[in-house]
Amino acid sequence: MPRIQFHLNGVETNVDADPDSSLLSILRGPLGVTGPHFGCGANECGACNVIVGDHAVAACDTPLWSVADKDVTTIEGLGSAENPHPLQRAFIAEQALQCGYCVSGILISAAALLMQNPKPTGDDVKAALDRNLCRCGSQNRMVRAVLRAADEMAAR
Amino acid sequence: MTKPEPSPAPKLPVSLAANPVLSSWVHFSPEGHVTLSPGKVEIGQGIVTALAQIAADELDVDIGRVRMVRASTAASPNEGVTSGSLSVQQSGRAVRHACAEIRQIFLTAASDQLGVGIDVLEIKDGTISGPGNIRTSYWELADKISLDREATPGATPKKSTQRALAGNSVQRLDIPDKVFAHPRFIHDATLPGMLHGRVMRPELSGAKLTGLNEAGARAVPRLVAIVRDGHFAGVVSETEDSAEAALKALRKGAAWSSGETLPDESGLAEFLKAQPVESTVIDKKTASTPVETKRTIRRQYTRPYIAHASIAPSCAMAQWSGDRVHVWTHSQGVYLLRTDLALVLKLPIENITVEHLEGAGCYGHNPADDVALDAVLLAKAAGGRPVRVQWSRADEMTHAPFGAAMAIEIEADLDAQGDIVNWRHSIWSNGHAARPGRAELPALLAGTEIANPFPRMISRNPPQANGGGADRNSIPLYDLPSWQIVSHRLTTMPIRTSALRTLGGQGNVFAIESVLDEVAYERGEDPVAFRLRHLTDERAKDVIRAAAGRASWKPDKRAGIGYGIGFGRYKNTGAYCAVVAEIEGAEDIRVRRLTLAVDVGEAINPDGVINQIEGGAIQATSWVLKERVRFDRQRITSTSWTDYPILRFSEVPEVEVELIQRPDIDPVGAGEAAHGPVTAAIANAVFDALAVRIRDLPITRERLIAAMELNS
Repeated sequence: MPRIQFHLNGVETNVDADPDSSLLSILRGPLGVTGPHFGCGANECGACNVIVGDHAVAACDTPLWSVADKDVTTIEGLGSAENPHPLQRAFIAEQALQCGYCVSGILISAAALLMQNPKPTGDDVKAALDRNLCRCGSQNRMVRAVLRAADEMAAR
Repeated sequence: MTKPEPSPAPKLPVSLAANPVLSSWVHFSPEGHVTLSPGKVEIGQGIVTALAQIAADELDVDIGRVRMVRASTAASPNEGVTSGSLSVQQSGRAVRHACAEIRQIFLTAASDQLGVGIDVLEIKDGTISGPGNIRTSYWELADKISLDREATPGATPKKSTQRALAGNSVQRLDIPDKVFAHPRFIHDATLPGMLHGRVMRPELSGAKLTGLNEAGARAVPRLVAIVRDGHFAGVVSETEDSAEAALKALRKGAAWSSGETLPDESGLAEFLKAQPVESTVIDKKTASTPVETKRTIRRQYTRPYIAHASIAPSCAMAQWSGDRVHVWTHSQGVYLLRTDLALVLKLPIENITVEHLEGAGCYGHNPADDVALDAVLLAKAAGGRPVRVQWSRADEMTHAPFGAAMAIEIEADLDAQGDIVNWRHSIWSNGHAARPGRAELPALLAGTEIANPFPRMISRNPPQANGGGADRNSIPLYDLPSWQIVSHRLTTMPIRTSALRTLGGQGNVFAIESVLDEVAYERGEDPVAFRLRHLTDERAKDVIRAAAGRASWKPDKRAGIGYGIGFGRYKNTGAYCAVVAEIEGAEDIRVRRLTLAVDVGEAINPDGVINQIEGGAIQATSWVLKERVRFDRQRITSTSWTDYPILRFSEVPEVEVELIQRPDIDPVGAGEAAHGPVTAAIANAVFDALAVRIRDLPITRERLIAAMELNS
């Protein structure tokens, strides 16, 4: 098995695995990183989104070889209970979820948006999250939470 | 003069009557925690938080001290199934009553110990104190007081004005874990030595496995076992990737019989009406003074099969130890699942432990129970190691039970003034419930596939006393002089159906509210005024007035914009909900805004109620504009999100919710209140904008174009 190296949440990571494996199966399997969730396996729902470089991509549809030497950020790398990302704080403040299964991918898409556009409008947020599905109907709260996080980040 | 009726003897709340031992609900630890063990489960609705609020209030402890225990057949009270918007109603009342009694038990013990009367004691965050700085606490007394005693009827919970937490929007206890990705979901759980399983299901509906060449699958590295039991077949591997690869290889070696014929998707009403049925008169009301009918309008409404389509495919884990098995599941009913597992496995229920772990959003009877049996069957070949099974997206979209398709016919007899004098409502539909644990036969999918198979359970309808099934919300809430409601339940079931949010409620409210809108329009009467004129229940009128007021009913006519109203009281006994929908467009319509007013009685967690209503409103919009299970005559063809689209962020309407708080009225659930009224409001708004009535869901571009062509 070839060894593939990448930076996972800022930590140099080496994996011995089939380079054609999906990034999601490597993250959730040998690396034990369960924040990215399996939803469809076909890049149709966004539940497994991670940031590669500065773009959100579906980990289920990203081959391991393609992230060699790149920076990969999962929700675990976004922030923690002790040191939360403004988006995580805002999602709690807005109570912006019901079941929360989709939310790790949505936080990632939102974080990628804010990296590229720190002052998004509501429509920008909706466009950035349009490939993420939420079945419980929490979308409006999520949009409010992303705008709240953007405001907080701008005020710093 | 008649003697006044004696007031009825106090009764325990239903869940507490079924599980009266207080220690099965509440436990205090000397370290300062209250452990609360309800039988209802978290399915994304926030029940865990609402119950913690109730307990903290009644016991006078900080909510941070409350530890919530997940339901398990090993110890939890048996509260049946977490469904029907009954969690706050059933579990909440039981917890409130049990905690009120426990509080008294501790106060009595404290009074004995401290030598003062109960009336001078107060409890603050679990510390019980009296005059002169005398004190003890739940935690000190915990080991001295046994709660292994039965609850007694008549305990008096606090008055609504004395509650500190209920009625406040306490932040949900589970949300931090979910935004910080601390594993909470069953999908993220691991067990020592865990293996991964996959089950192979046919693409053709009802096809049987006739041959299986296992060679390809056997060659897959890290395969542990291939399991075959009749038409049930699956693989167990050391890793998930290996299980997927082995399943793919197994599929190549499989031969299947032809399947069963499915209905014609384009002729759903004709299909439903042509099937053998069991007919039931649901309700009948006869006018005291019959009025002459001048004319009759007759309308037919349909809704398609609707998928649960949770974002997560269903998942379960199982581990055998001799003839005992432990199951981890996101089922809505751990005891009910255990009953069915015992039937399939032919084991005493004592040999089976079923434990709940959270899954993704649950909107009814999805494959959570099916995948649990899959895991149990595959784990038999795992030599005592635990096996985790997860369905594929395609299986989740095709082999799950669906919400049943419905055809609804309403005939309204009108008098000379165009008022309704008689009303006939007829429903043709499969049953809306085939849940596990309630019949002689198991309801689990693999039970129909194994070597000595059980017949497929034909869905039934819960009785009206429990809210009904296909007939849910079919009895008019309006004061009409006479009516007859008939439900025709199909006794064939080519497409598997079971409980989906509202059961028949969405279809029936859509039909009733559409006809009312039409009758009001033809009379030239405002549809809000028309509804108010036919209602006597003030709570019903209040939500209609509140929604209409908040939406500035009725805004001036603008080209391409339409407004519509819908109203319902879920199950006719639950939450009241009225909604004004604002839509825009022509062939492609967009729902711009939904303005709702809701009355759930006492809202334990107002933001939680609003979250549920918003979610229900958005999900209903998705059902109305986009959703239908697709099929040809041999198979379900909507296997992915591409074939079964749901509402996206850019399509979601603004949603505004006004909550009418009634703290002295027992709480009811909110999760299903919005679906029917929203469906009707959107359809009525379409008429307002485009002058066409769409009576077949979903309201698609093709249907709008066809209706407008017919109109022109």
